[in-house]
Amino acid sequence: MSKQIGVREEMPRQSPEVRRKNFLEVALGYNEEQAIREAQRCLQCKNKPCTAGCPVEIDIPAFVKLVAEGKFAEAAVEIKKKNALPAICGRVCPQEEQCEKTCVLARKNQPIAIGRLERFVADWEAANKNGSGLCTDTDRPPVSEKIGKVAVVGSGPAGLTAAGELACMGYDVTVFEALHEPGGVLAYGIPEFRLPRTVLKREIEYVRSLGVEIRTNMIIGKVYTLRELLDSGYDAIFVGTGAGLPQFLNVPGENLNGIYSANEFLTRVNLMKAYRYPEYVTPIRVGKKVAVIGAGNVAMDAARCSLRLGADEVHIVYRRSRTEMPARAEEIENAEEEGVIFDLLTAPVQFIGDENGFVKAMECIKMELGEPDASGRRSPIPIEGSNYLMDVDTVVIAIGQSPNPVVRQSEPDLQTTRWGGIIVDEETGATSIPGIYAGGDAVTGAATVITAMGAGKRAARAIDQYVRKKKGLA
Amino acid sequence: MYKVVRKERLADVVTLLEVQAPEIAAKAQAGQFVIVRLNETGERIPLTLSDWNPLSGTITIIFQHAGRSTQELALVREGQEIRDVVGPLGKPTEVEAYGNVVCIGGGVGIAVMRPITKALKEAGNHIVSIIGARDKSLLILEDSMREVSDELYVTTDNGSYGRPGFVTNVLEDLIQEGRKLDLVFAIGPVPMMKAVSDLTKEYSIKTIVSLDSIMIDGTGMCGGCRVTVGGKTKFTCVDGPDFDAHEVDWDELILRKKMYVPQEKESLELFHKGCAGGCQR
Repeated sequence: MSKQIGVREEMPRQSPEVRRKNFLEVALGYNEEQAIREAQRCLQCKNKPCTAGCPVEIDIPAFVKLVAEGKFAEAAVEIKKKNALPAICGRVCPQEEQCEKTCVLARKNQPIAIGRLERFVADWEAANKNGSGLCTDTDRPPVSEKIGKVAVVGSGPAGLTAAGELACMGYDVTVFEALHEPGGVLAYGIPEFRLPRTVLKREIEYVRSLGVEIRTNMIIGKVYTLRELLDSGYDAIFVGTGAGLPQFLNVPGENLNGIYSANEFLTRVNLMKAYRYPEYVTPIRVGKKVAVIGAGNVAMDAARCSLRLGADEVHIVYRRSRTEMPARAEEIENAEEEGVIFDLLTAPVQFIGDENGFVKAMECIKMELGEPDASGRRSPIPIEGSNYLMDVDTVVIAIGQSPNPVVRQSEPDLQTTRWGGIIVDEETGATSIPGIYAGGDAVTGAATVITAMGAGKRAARAIDQYVRKKKGLA
Repeated sequence: MYKVVRKERLADVVTLLEVQAPEIAAKAQAGQFVIVRLNETGERIPLTLSDWNPLSGTITIIFQHAGRSTQELALVREGQEIRDVVGPLGKPTEVEAYGNVVCIGGGVGIAVMRPITKALKEAGNHIVSIIGARDKSLLILEDSMREVSDELYVTTDNGSYGRPGFVTNVLEDLIQEGRKLDLVFAIGPVPMMKAVSDLTKEYSIKTIVSLDSIMIDGTGMCGGCRVTVGGKTKFTCVDGPDFDAHEVDWDELILRKKMYVPQEKESLELFHKGCAGGCQR
C-alpha cells in the first residue's frame, strides 16, 4: 500500500497524434504490477456498494482482492461467475456511471478503476489460458439430459449473455444472427480501436465453448417467424434484436450523397472493414470536412473513425451544451485529444448539395437552453436569425436508433410501444406472448452494452423457471 | 457455406447461379431478395430472387457482371461454395387479381420480373409481357417469360432482334390501342423504369417498380437504401423493394446510385490487374 490511496493507476494509451491515424486499440491495458497496485487501493467494503452498481452483479471486492493478491486466474473465475464477456465490459461499460460511481473512494478521491481491472483480468486469462468460466464442462449436463431447447434471436450483448447463462443452466441453445458475423452492435457498431475484433472473437468463442450454437445469416421474422420457432420444438425464445433502425433529422437535403446514418457509416467501417479498402471490397467515402450530428458514444465513434479515415477536419455538431452530451466522459476526452472539434448549441436546418447530388454545405442554427424536457435535459430552443452555413463534404447522422422492426412486423401479437420497443415485464423480460422473452435495446431503445447484458441474464433465469414449470420439473 | 449446384451463362455479361439454401427456398416469395457475400473480403451484394425450389432446396440468382463484386461472383464454379447467403429479404410483391397486367422487364431486370409475372399469372391475371435489351446478345429468359405470359413482346434498342426500340414504345401502343390496363409492373434499369412511370402517370395507370438501391445489411439497419416515395423517406430493404412508381423521386434515386462510382471503377481496375485482396493503391 505504498501508493497514495486517492490516486488511481494510470492506464497506458496510444498518444493522440499516433492513434488518430490507426485503428489499433487506444487503451493498452494494465500490466501485472499496475493491476496489483490499483487493486491494492480497494477498501474491501463489507456492504459492497460497487456490486450494487453493477447490472450483472459481479462480486467486485472479491475479484479485486484476488487481483491484489496476484491470483489472476482465480479473479477471472470470480468475474465469470456473473459475466461471460468481461473483456468486452471492461472496455465499453460506462463504469463511471455504475460500479465506479458507487465506490466509496469516489466520494473524496478517484474510485477504484474497476473497468480497467476487469479488462486486465479477462486479457490475462486469455493470454494464460488457465482460467475457468461461467460454468465448467462438468457443471453442464450431457446433451441427453438437457432441460430443453431455447432459441436466442440476435447475437449482441443481450443475446450472447442469455445464451451463455442458459447453456450453463443445462439448455440446448441456438442463437440466430441476421448478419454474417456474430456480435451485433459489438461487431457492426463499436470500432476496432475501442474493442479489437480479436477480443470480440475470443469472447464469442467462449460462449460457443459452453455448447451454444450460433447460426449466422438467419433473419428471424423472414426465414422463420417466432411462432414457427416455438412450433418447431423450441421451448422458449429470447429476443435481443437491438436498436438497429437509424433515426434521421427529417430536414431538407438529408438524402444527398455523402450523408450517412451512423449505422451505415460504422457498419461499412467495422463489419465490412472499409478502412482496409481495397483489400476489403466495400467502399466508404470520407471527404475533407466531416460533420457528425449528435453527441452520444456512437457519434464519438463516427467522428474518431472519420479522423482515422483521413478527414482533415471533424466536427461534432450538437444542439445542447456540453453537460447534456450523452457520450461517456472518457470517449469525449479521447475524441477531443484526437482533434475533434465540438460545435455545441448548434443544429442543422438543411443540407445543400452540388450539381451531382453530393452534400457541400450545411445550414445551421444556434440554440439556447430552455426548461428541462421529458428526458430531464434542458431543451434546446433555436435562436432566430442565427443561421449560418458550414462547408462539409461528409455528414454522419448519429442522433439515435430505434428498435429493429423486422421481428415485430412478422409477429402482430407481440405488443410494442408507440416507438417500436417490445413491451416486457421488467423483472423477467416476459413479452405479451407466453414463452417469448425480450431484452436489451429491442426493449429499451438504444442504451448500453451492460444494461442489455443484465436484461439477458434476468430473462435467462425467467426462461429457466418457465420451461421447468412447463415440463413439470423442479 | 452455400453450394453452387448449377451455373449457366445466359448472355455475354449475365450469369445464373443455382445455390443450395433450403431454408430460404422454403420461405421465398415473388419480389423478395437475398444478400450474397462471396468470401471474407467480399461486399454484401443484394440480388432479387429469380427462382426457388422448396423441393430441391435451391434458390436461383441471375445477375449482370457489372462491377468488381459481380464479376468475381461470376467466376464461381459449380460445386464451389459461397460464404454467405441471407434471406428472403424485403416485402413480397402484393399478388392479387388485378385484371389486365403488363409486366415489363429490361435487361437483367427480366430475371426479377419472371417470378413476379408467374405469381401474377397464377393469381388469374391476363399477362401482357414486354421484355427488352440493348442488343439480342443481352436478351435473356425469352422462353421462360413466354411460358408465364398470355402475350409477349420483345424489343431491342438496336433492332437486332424483335421490335426495334424501347419497351415503352410497345407500352405506348397498347395504351393507344385503347387496351384496358389495370396494372403495369416494371423492373429494369432506372432510366427504363422512370420512362415507364412517366408514361403511365400521364394515363393514370397504376404502376409498381422494384428498386435495387445501394444497401449493406438489407434488414433496415443502415439506411443506405433510402429513397423518397410520396415525399417520405423509405428504406428499399424493409419498406420495399416494390414501390408505387408514380411516387418515387427518380432524380434523387439516379443520383444516389452514383454514390460510389469512382470507388467502383477503381475497385474493378484493381481486380482486373489481379490485385484482388492483395496489393495496395
